[in-house]
Amino acid sequence: MSAGLRARGVGVVIDGTPILDGVDLDVAAGEVVVLVGPNGAGKSTLLSVLTGDVAPTTGTVELDGRPVASYRARELARRRAVLLQQQRLAFGFRAREVVEMGRAPWHRSAEAERDLEVVAAAEERADVAHLATRLFPTLSGGEQARVSMARVLAQSTTLLLLDEPTAALDLQHQEAVLRVAREEAAAGAAVVVVLHDLSLAAAYADRVCVLAAGRLRASGTPREVVTPALLSEVYQHPVDVVEHAGHLVVVPVRPPRAPATAPAAAAPAVPVPSADPHQEQPCPAT
Amino acid sequence: MTTTLQREVAATPRGRVRSVTGGIGLIGVLAAALVVACVLSAATGQFPIPPGEVLGSVLHRLGLDLGPLPTHPQAENNLWNVRFPRVVMTAIVGAALATAGALMQGVFGNPLAEPGVVGVSSGAAVAAATVIVFSLDFAGSWTIAVCAFAGGLVTTLVVYVMARDDGRTEVVTLVLTGVAVNAITSAGLSFLLFLANTSAREEIVFWTLGSLNGSRWAEVQVVTPLVVVGVVAALVLARQLDLLALGDRAARHVGVDVERLRMICIVLVALLTAAGVAFCGVIAFVGLVVPHLVRLVAGPGHRVLVPASALGGAVLLVLADLWARTAIANADLPIGMLTSLVGGPFFFWLLRRARRTAGGWA
Repeated sequence: MSAGLRARGVGVVIDGTPILDGVDLDVAAGEVVVLVGPNGAGKSTLLSVLTGDVAPTTGTVELDGRPVASYRARELARRRAVLLQQQRLAFGFRAREVVEMGRAPWHRSAEAERDLEVVAAAEERADVAHLATRLFPTLSGGEQARVSMARVLAQSTTLLLLDEPTAALDLQHQEAVLRVAREEAAAGAAVVVVLHDLSLAAAYADRVCVLAAGRLRASGTPREVVTPALLSEVYQHPVDVVEHAGHLVVVPVRPPRAPATAPAAAAPAVPVPSADPHQEQPCPAT
Repeated sequence: MTTTLQREVAATPRGRVRSVTGGIGLIGVLAAALVVACVLSAATGQFPIPPGEVLGSVLHRLGLDLGPLPTHPQAENNLWNVRFPRVVMTAIVGAALATAGALMQGVFGNPLAEPGVVGVSSGAAVAAATVIVFSLDFAGSWTIAVCAFAGGLVTTLVVYVMARDDGRTEVVTLVLTGVAVNAITSAGLSFLLFLANTSAREEIVFWTLGSLNGSRWAEVQVVTPLVVVGVVAALVLARQLDLLALGDRAARHVGVDVERLRMICIVLVALLTAAGVAFCGVIAFVGLVVPHLVRLVAGPGHRVLVPASALGGAVLLVLADLWARTAIANADLPIGMLTSLVGGPFFFWLLRRARRTAGGWA
């Protein structure tokens, strides 16, 4: 089977420092794969390799059976769309014009006839229809991220690569964006999402891939991967996983807070005893 | 499961958020203004020729028996050998400089980029001055243009490589690169001035000031094809230049071959700047002021920005030249001096704005 994304033995060395080492990753059509991992684990670098922006030092990336590097820019843009972490815009285009930029790969193709319809649908799904006439640089960070998400959806591709799409978003829109990602997968797209929020990852992923120090530490269904033992080890911080209403919820273990009535200056000198089994050392309450 | 959030905001109608008619209207107004400015400029001079006679003279040459012919015995001769070549040259050079500015701003993603400001014009000027000092003649009447193009290309590449970091160009880096490039080119020009004999020296000085005085049809014939190629190519690239505003990576993700687009644009900037500089010298700030004003009126989309800048640049320079000829009786002020006099404060204002908005260009 060739549909989807297939990375084999991907390694990236930048200035002599290995950033990624021997990463294998398959993303099939209809699947949401979430990449998680601590800062500096190589998530964004892996995503850059998958987009074709960075040529891997070793290994290969194939999209629909062909090396990513062999595609022309426009050909590739008709198959995969990318949401970057940071949104930039050099000039004061309006939000609608930015969303329309997502249709650029289809310019002068039969698909271009659907431009209006597709742009309207994308705006609706990213909840930015009401921002259409606003100037993009005057929007808030979260609104910019959603407009960019609409641009990505307007591209109508079968592969979506989203780098921390929820970072600037409020709770409502975080859920909405990941629901959209799931819908895209249900409609046959392959979706890769980089996330920091492990509970979101567990709730929306078909598969969670944990990167640590440039290697793929674990890969599997949320229930296989999102476990206290693995996450505590990878993040070097004790982590609890509880189940709530059928979803896994990841909770970092924290020392109990000092009573709210106590003034800060009068914080107890003795560490508050902790009843938590995961906690190795109670932190002093300061 | 619905993903759209219920919101009681009237939906924005589909389609364009900026009116097409607005863009076309602006282009129409500028085209009309260009015709008026050209006629007015040709009518004004040491002895005035009524605008109606100017139009009549042109129409008769086009084979249309309309309007009055010039009554003054010298008028016809003066119009066709002195004034028209100058007006046409001015319009074409204005179009070239403004289009070069718009292109450069698009490629750098920075509204302060302009051939004069970052030193591309003076790079082209050094190369052209070399031709004069050493009386080079390897490409006939094209020699100066060819060398100006080469000089402009080298300078543009240098600025591009130096001012760009991690796929973007910071304002400070760009302006400082311009300072460095201008320092080197002015040293080059000084050296050439030192080497030159008296007549060549005079020619170089006039030409660093920028002047359209003494434009001839032969020169117009050299400059016009360069500018036509440059403006048409810029129009073809307009759509992709819009996408470049997303930044290099995101532009690539929506299908732009960024490396190729960038190289083509750099060559076009050098071509247009060389066309402007080759016979008229350094005329700065036209490429800064015009695209900026167009953006304020019609937004940043290059499909309107490029043609409107070309027309607007032509109008601005024709009017500036008219002013340069008439501001002081019997004197022809250097036009480069005038545009810098107006453009310099404008640049100050832009810098202040840039600082205030911290990169959020409107």
